[in-house]
Parts: sequence; structure tokens; C-alpha cells
Amino acid sequence: MEKYSAFSLLKHAFSGHRNWPKAWRSPELKSHYDVVIIGGGGHGLATAYYLAKEHGITNVAVLEKGWIGGGNTGRNTSVSRANYFYPESTRFYDHALQRFETMGHDLNINVMLSQKGIIGLALSRHDMEIFRRWANAIQVQGVDSEILSREQIAEEVPQLNMRADARFPVVGGFIHRRGAISRHDGVAWGYARAADELGVDIIQNCEVTGLELSDGSIRGVKTNQGVVRTGKVAMTVAGHSTVVAAMAGIKLPIVSQCLQAMVSEPVKPCLDKIIMSPKVHCYVSQSDRGELIIGGGADTYPSYGQRGNLPTTEAVLNAVVELFPSFSRLKLMRQWGGIVDIAPDASPIISKTAVTGFYISTGWGTGGYKAIPAGGETLAYTVANDQPHPLVEPFSLDRFTTGRLIDEGAAAGVAH
Amino acid sequence: MLTIDCPWCGPRTEQEFTCGGQSHIVRPVDPTAVSDQDWADYLYQRDNPKGLHLERWRHTFGCRQWFNVARDTVSHDIEAVYKMSDAKPELGGES
Repeated sequence: MEKYSAFSLLKHAFSGHRNWPKAWRSPELKSHYDVVIIGGGGHGLATAYYLAKEHGITNVAVLEKGWIGGGNTGRNTSVSRANYFYPESTRFYDHALQRFETMGHDLNINVMLSQKGIIGLALSRHDMEIFRRWANAIQVQGVDSEILSREQIAEEVPQLNMRADARFPVVGGFIHRRGAISRHDGVAWGYARAADELGVDIIQNCEVTGLELSDGSIRGVKTNQGVVRTGKVAMTVAGHSTVVAAMAGIKLPIVSQCLQAMVSEPVKPCLDKIIMSPKVHCYVSQSDRGELIIGGGADTYPSYGQRGNLPTTEAVLNAVVELFPSFSRLKLMRQWGGIVDIAPDASPIISKTAVTGFYISTGWGTGGYKAIPAGGETLAYTVANDQPHPLVEPFSLDRFTTGRLIDEGAAAGVAH
Repeated sequence: MLTIDCPWCGPRTEQEFTCGGQSHIVRPVDPTAVSDQDWADYLYQRDNPKGLHLERWRHTFGCRQWFNVARDTVSHDIEAVYKMSDAKPELGGES
């Protein structure tokens, strides 16, 4: 594999950038693998990478129905943050954020991590009270967070509507300065390239059609490119996790819903923070290309249609233009939807299952992107050792039976 | 945008309604008699089909009544609207 560097960029400039080697191979599907990963998004690719790098398991296939990073990994608003409420979540997401902070070096790819800082806006005295509790919980867990006054926010984000008659008056808020956006394609390609280098087979256009089981154990995977023998399967699909798990006879406490995102036309740099408001449920940041990236809550009913419905689009945009009146002059360039798996407590599930050799990573809800490095690392550990990584023990499937939920949905009331 | 035919108010846009998730879930008669697993299934397990879904909706900004909708989760086509007390409709591809 050719190392990416300023020197290689310069070298290839002399041949007009026509001779770059492929970033990963396109191998034929073999008939046997030690581990088969279903789903070639960020989580699946990261799992393959850590299986090879940390656990020496290199006879691994990543099966992707479409193309690498073409699902939710390429559809999100690319925010990373660790400002959760419960210690289980903060530990996990802070680990992920630390991995993001060194990812460029670790994977030798520019993921354009930009730690702009994420500001949560309190739009009422009651919001502010909850934010103080929330920010304090984060500080106690050793993650950065600072309460900001209305005046400090006005200084940090001058475009906000601070008029006395604003529909949503900004009372204050808090900032998590390590909050970041990054280049989501770079993350997918970086893990794909690094996993491929270590011997992992990435098989695109390969749809899983069934799982072969006997005596309660995984024996193989049926695909549109043939049958693969394997003793271990890791499921890292998004949206269709209940469909794939059903192939192993497992029912999941997951509901699939559509989550939308949209971008404006590109404009000159005008917003150097990620702004979110749990109250009116929207968030907005500006990409390096100048587009405003806008998101909000998921559509409010179960769906597998990757479109997004107009009432939600309208509600999110209403909130954004109320907060930032000047943005109402911008044209919307693109709008799209991805299907997210939402668990009852809005926390993920990384777990062994009742089927021996079948491991799942699902329930990422509206925040799977930020979890990619930690999700991959902990799932790889769980698969390799057949026991949960300490970071994800609390996120096992049996928490719904024991009742020990990690109710981030209720705790934060924000977009996850 | 969905148009939902409220059994009491007639066709209205989806913005007036709230989806309450899967319908026809029956609470165990004696909660103390069921196992933790069965109770968890009752609380948290949902069908989540890719296709026809039988779900509860409420006309929140109208008559505030609950009713059932049979809707396709891919196309979002509404196949049937029926009252809470009605039996599951006979439709192709039961969820």
C-alpha cells in the first residue's frame, strides 16, 4: 500500500494524478472465513480493521450490499462528541472521540477532523437548569464541558437571533470544545484501506440472503455471490438490523425510522461552531466546503423508505431559520434520509446473542457515526474473545430483560 | 406527506397526527405471573417489518381519538384505517 503524504501527492502530480494505486482490492468471495462481517459501513470496516490489527484475525470478509460507506456512514452530519449523560455512554463515546483525534495518523488518511466545539442552546430557564445538571455530569466524568452565558454565546455565534422579541430567546448554553465534524467518506475509506492492507477481504455488491445455523451455532452465510462457511458472524448493518437478525431467529427491540439531513448551497465561512438545540430539535454546522449541514430529529413513524418526510424537514428548517434569520436567504441544495435503528432507551446494543458465534452491533439510532472507532474496537474484542469488551458490557442485549437500561433518550432529550 | 383518513374527522394531513407504534399488543393479564423475559418482550419487542405494519395513530390536533392504520413501511401507502376495537384487517402479507 502506498503511503499517503505530501510527498506522494507531489510525486503523483508529475503524472497528472493518473497512476494512484487502488485504495483496496476487489477480491473474489472465498468459501471459508474465520469471521464474516455483514455490513461495510464504518462500524463493519472498523471491526474488520481491529480484528486484524489487535487480535491477529485476518481471514475476515466484510460483505456490503451496496458500496463501501454508501449507507448511513455517508449519510450522516459527521458530528463527533462525547457529551453524554450517563457514565457508561460518556466512557464509550469519549473513547471514540479520542480515537477520532488520532485517526488521521493511525489510518494514514486525512479525515479532516475539525474540533470546532459544539454548543447546546438553552431556550428557556428550564432548559438552562437541565443543561447545568448535564454539563456538570459530563465534567464529573472527566470530559470537557463549560456553561456559557447568553452574552458569551452572542460573542461566539454572532449570527444567532438575539433580539428581544426572538421566537426562541437564547438564555445560555454549554459548549463541549472537543466536539468535531470530520469527513465521513475518509473514515470509511481509511478503515477499508487499512483493513485491506492487513488481509481483510472487502466484498462489495454482496447481499446476505440467509444465515446457516445448526445446534444453535452459526455455520455459514448465504449471499448472492455464493455460500460462505464460517463460525463467527458480526452484524453491523444499519436500518435493516432486525431483518438480518431474523435470519438467525433473533428478534431485536429495535424500530427502524428515517433520519434526514440536508445541506445548503456553499457560502463563505460564517459559522465556526456546531450549534444544536434539543428544545427545537435541530443542529447546524458549516462544512469545509461552505455548505451548512443541517439535521434534526428522526421522522416520527417506522420507515424503511430512505427519503424523509416533508413535515420533519419543515420543522427542522423552521427551527434553524428562527435561530439564524440570515440563513433563511440560503437555498437548500440537497436533502436525504437514512434508516436508523432505534432501541427503547436510545442507546446502542453491542452484544453476544443466543446464537453461538453471532454478534450484533445495532441500535445506533441517530448517532452511529461518532461511535465508529469504539464500536469497531469493542465489537472486534467481543468477537475475538467471545466475551464483551468492558466498555460495552452495559450495552448488551440482556439489559432489556434485567431492566438496567441506559436511558440517554430520556436523560438528554437530544439528537443522538 | 401522508393523508390519513381519520375514522371520525375524515382525511387530514399527517401533521395533525401522532404515531403510537405497533398496535395489537396485549398486556399480560397478570404481570406478576410472567417471566422477566416475557415482560421484556411485552415492553420492548416490536415487529418492525419491512412492509405492511399495523400501527396505532392518534388524531392529536383534531378529535384526539386513537385508531389503527395498516401502512407499508417502505412505500408509506396506507392500506386500511380501522378502529381500536376492530380485529386485524385481512390484508396480503400480514406483519
